Amino acid sequence: MADNVKPRVRVPRSVTAGEAFEVKTLISHKMESGQRKDKDGNRIPRSIINHFSCDFNGENVMQAELQGAVSTNPYFQFDAVVQESGTMTFTWNDDDGSVYTESKDITVG
Amino acid sequence: MEFTRRETLAIGAGAAAVSLMPLQAFADQEATDAAVAEYAAGGAITDGGVELTTPEIAENGNTVPISVSAPGAASILILASGNPSPKVIEFMFGSLAGSQSASCRIRLAGTQDVIALAKMPDGSVRRGTSTVKVTIGGCGG
Repeated sequence: MADNVKPRVRVPRSVTAGEAFEVKTLISHKMESGQRKDKDGNRIPRSIINHFSCDFNGENVMQAELQGAVSTNPYFQFDAVVQESGTMTFTWNDDDGSVYTESKDITVG
Repeated sequence: MEFTRRETLAIGAGAAAVSLMPLQAFADQEATDAAVAEYAAGGAITDGGVELTTPEIAENGNTVPISVSAPGAASILILASGNPSPKVIEFMFGSLAGSQSASCRIRLAGTQDVIALAKMPDGSVRRGTSTVKVTIGGCGG
């Protein structure tokens, strides 16, 4: 597991049913692209988060396939819309097999 | 067909120059076109219908903020035509997506065109392009 991987998510605590709201996610990760070389000229192996997924009560909101050209500390902003209260879960998959998750409760009211 | 001595020498010199050319370090047009064709999978590609927002000038190629919006799209692929490998990220929208739009930050090796391809549910593909001037490239030395 890469060091100090910390997911951060910002969603509204309560939303209106059927109305789109903004979701922001950030995860600290070095996203080693596999293109850089160390000072001896050896290629530094790729180590990135390759997949991101956001789900709400088991239904998918958005997924992303990441490549080496995504910046350090991958940040996403997107819109979601829900009809009932529930839990939004966020999943990041690392190249090394680690999975980082975060969840937020959202109330419709 | 006969070659004069002068022509033969010229052809030989040309061939030598071609074989000595350094290996292309960055994705060329071919790699980008291949990625576009792979994603389109035979669907018709039309320009427009995708809004790709990028800065005109990025001082640091390591974090270039982009946002893309394509109403009605099933997924959106971002390609950087001048990067060592053109694919950057693909967004796939689920049933609870509030809009077919997303923002993130990407790395760009140098000044180049960024391409957004949006795949519609019927298989057709919309394309949007934006040029970014990069002061310091983002792919390390």
